Amino acid sequence: MPKITYIDVQKNSKTIEVENGLTVMEGAIQNDIPGIDADCGGSMACATCHVYVEEKWLNKLPKAEDAEIDMIDMAFEPKKNSRLSCQITVTDELDGLKVTTPEKQS
Amino acid sequence: MNKTDVIIIGAGPVGLFAVHQLGIKGLKAVVIDNLDKAGGQCIELYPDKPIYDIPAVPECTGKELTDRLLEQIKPFKTNFYLNERVEEVRSEGDKWIVKTNNGNEFISPNIMIAGGVGSFEPRRISIKDAEKFENKSIFYAVKNKENFKNKNISIFGGGDSALDWALELSKFSKITLIHRREEFRGALHTLSEIKKLEKQGKISIKTPYQIENIEGNEKIQSITIKDDNGKVEKIKTDVILSFFGLVMKLGPIAEWGLNMDKKKISVNSINFETNKKGIFAVGDICNYPGKLKLILSGFHEVALASVECFKRARPNEKYKFEFTTSSKSIQSRLGKK
Repeated sequence: MPKITYIDVQKNSKTIEVENGLTVMEGAIQNDIPGIDADCGGSMACATCHVYVEEKWLNKLPKAEDAEIDMIDMAFEPKKNSRLSCQITVTDELDGLKVTTPEKQS
Repeated sequence: MNKTDVIIIGAGPVGLFAVHQLGIKGLKAVVIDNLDKAGGQCIELYPDKPIYDIPAVPECTGKELTDRLLEQIKPFKTNFYLNERVEEVRSEGDKWIVKTNNGNEFISPNIMIAGGVGSFEPRRISIKDAEKFENKSIFYAVKNKENFKNKNISIFGGGDSALDWALELSKFSKITLIHRREEFRGALHTLSEIKKLEKQGKISIKTPYQIENIEGNEKIQSITIKDDNGKVEKIKTDVILSFFGLVMKLGPIAEWGLNMDKKKISVNSINFETNKKGIFAVGDICNYPGKLKLILSGFHEVALASVECFKRARPNEKYKFEFTTSSKSIQSRLGKK
């Protein structure tokens, strides 16, 4: 199973195996990773699963839809490498992906 | 003090259908919600997004679903208390008293919490000192335009609220519109109006910038904004208007003594009652083994919870299960003959 690393603002890092087909958000929620709230449950409607994707992975992810970019406007401190983790589906190609959670989600 | 059979907290789809399930059993309910309209997440987060898993409705938007539910519960003439947040829940004998931030009080044997993920609140500016200026120089909504006359106003956001107010307030104030990227997502015609005003020097647009600092003691003097490359700019500002949408906060629900697990209220899956007799939790806010956060699960939950509500509200009557197709009493409650 692909390994995904979640790093929080204090640089604590947790690497977990996430099943293919789950989203990076679901991987976090199912494994009690703090820092991802996902209030809307993954319907791209709340921007509380916001993460910063490690730069080298940015191009390997499917491009964000307009709706996701619009939603990221609402996120806490968005940056160039901001994504909504509910929109990143885990595949073998993403094995080793590193995401950092923001200081807070709302 | 308002007396009712059931107090429903939350006017989302599940809260609305609770009115129906209670109503056909002859129970009166009131509905309290912090938003200014019914519909909850359906209306606030995805009014135009399609939903495909409502039984017998192949496709409908959040707005359509809300409108249809409101239509369906019309016969019950329910009182809605909108723009009100429940602050306090306390027991009195075997009844519950609910008090809102508007000072309304309700007494009932039953409370049904259909609170979703909590109440919607504006997403606040998160930099230091922002809180001390709130409602003095920092606003998340415009309640009275008069307070925004002849000011230097910095407006943050890229959606319709930001664009609409930039346009409107530019009639009598100096506006700086600040957004974190080049593209705005608000309506195109509003944007082209704003671009016109920019050329005339009436509105200044700053992209891609985000807020970095607020300067001032009693009042805001200026703000500092910063772009992705670290370039900073200072802008003379009296008032900040910020439109970053809404977030959901659990709020006072956490203090009512209910058993909770990770922002969810634990219930049994027989009648969705919490650890407190007569307080039920339904929809996204409840949790039990196997819980799914689906609207249709919420509908099922209120159907079952309403039976227990009936038993508590009408202790001397026997609950009788009935079908809407054949029950004369249900049909008369629905205004059919």
